[in-house]
Amino acid sequence: MGWILNNSSRILELTLDHLLLSAPAIVATFILALPLALVANAVRPLREVVISGTGLLYAIPSLPLFIVLPLILGTGVRDPLNVVAALTLFGLALMVRSAADALQSVPQEVRLSSTALGHSRLGRFFTVDLPLAGPGLLAGLRVVSVSTISLVSVSAVLGVRSLGSLFTDGFERNIVPSIVAGILCTAVLALVLDLLLVAAGRLLMPWAHRGGRA
Amino acid sequence: MNHLLDALELLGDAESWQGSGGFGARAVEHLWYTAVAVAASALIALPLGLYVGHTGKGRYPAVLGSGVVRALPTLGVITLAALFVGIGLTAPMIAFIVLAVPSIIAGAYSGVESVSQVTVDAARAQGMTPWQVLFKVEIPLGLPLILGGLRLATLQVVATGTLAAYVGAGGLGRQLFLGLRTQDYPLMLAASVLVILLAIALDAVFSLSQRAARLRTGP
Repeated sequence: MGWILNNSSRILELTLDHLLLSAPAIVATFILALPLALVANAVRPLREVVISGTGLLYAIPSLPLFIVLPLILGTGVRDPLNVVAALTLFGLALMVRSAADALQSVPQEVRLSSTALGHSRLGRFFTVDLPLAGPGLLAGLRVVSVSTISLVSVSAVLGVRSLGSLFTDGFERNIVPSIVAGILCTAVLALVLDLLLVAAGRLLMPWAHRGGRA
Repeated sequence: MNHLLDALELLGDAESWQGSGGFGARAVEHLWYTAVAVAASALIALPLGLYVGHTGKGRYPAVLGSGVVRALPTLGVITLAALFVGIGLTAPMIAFIVLAVPSIIAGAYSGVESVSQVTVDAARAQGMTPWQVLFKVEIPLGLPLILGGLRLATLQVVATGTLAAYVGAGGLGRQLFLGLRTQDYPLMLAASVLVILLAIALDAVFSLSQRAARLRTGP
């Protein structure tokens, strides 16, 4: 406990670094997954290709991806952009399937009647499809958020600063509290982000939690 | 792209595959770790998962366990274990098992649960004992999902296996970390490509076996 208190400012800094790597990846995952899911649903033959293709990304181990990705991006291995891009790919592996399923769960009658009421295609997507698919999208995003936050740490062995640095430092200098603090902070960060997502869901979809779906 | 060519050249060179520290030996080591860890985890997790699925008891802790593991940073688990048991293979093995067990439990209970209650009741009405119901009905019908749990666990272990070298064990992570320390990007790249290929190959094997299990039990 003493070690953690003595190093609280450093732990706080690393938590912030951790958040700055994971939050952009979670947001990017959400934004990119929607069009991919739409394409997968709209063009039948593509559905399996898009969904299993992104799903296959999940089979790729994280550390090797952090190392191979700079070849494509032209960044350095330690570049935050590289880490965010790799995390986004892992996020997509989980998110595209849940987004495609969520968007597909919107009943066809509802779509047809909203078109009959005069919604444009784009208008219908934002005012009808997206809100109705909301609970499913939120469930997918919560999984992505938790797994992204736990994946970030691995990049610490490459020298990228995050809560994972508490593991590498703790291991190299034989400080157990450092590693324990890293695990606890990762869990707390994941929990806080999860609660924020749930709260955002309640705010944006006040009708959803009454049915006990989210 | 030069780095990629260098890495491919390294992989194409017979010399880098030979010897106890070559790619060949390290890849075998990596596979061996994976096989041992997944087998040990399955030995612990399959009975537990089947018990949860068959009786419906202990479902909540099982669900919670798989959730917690998703949130657990693998590097944290492996370094923490290493500080307690020292460097070598024991620490990574502990981490592998901690990370693999919940996925296998989840696969096993969801596999058993996926069998329709009507089928289970029909099997009982035929006079099957609970053990017969489990081994002749629930396990064969739930096999695709049970294999799914093993697949997830295997991928998890292959991925975490690269970190074994960080705490002094072997596997393909050896070359990866050697490349990292000596600023030899092509070497890191070659090792990474091998790990990725290994993971994709194992994933494909599981995918095929799941398909076969599904075909055998019908749609």
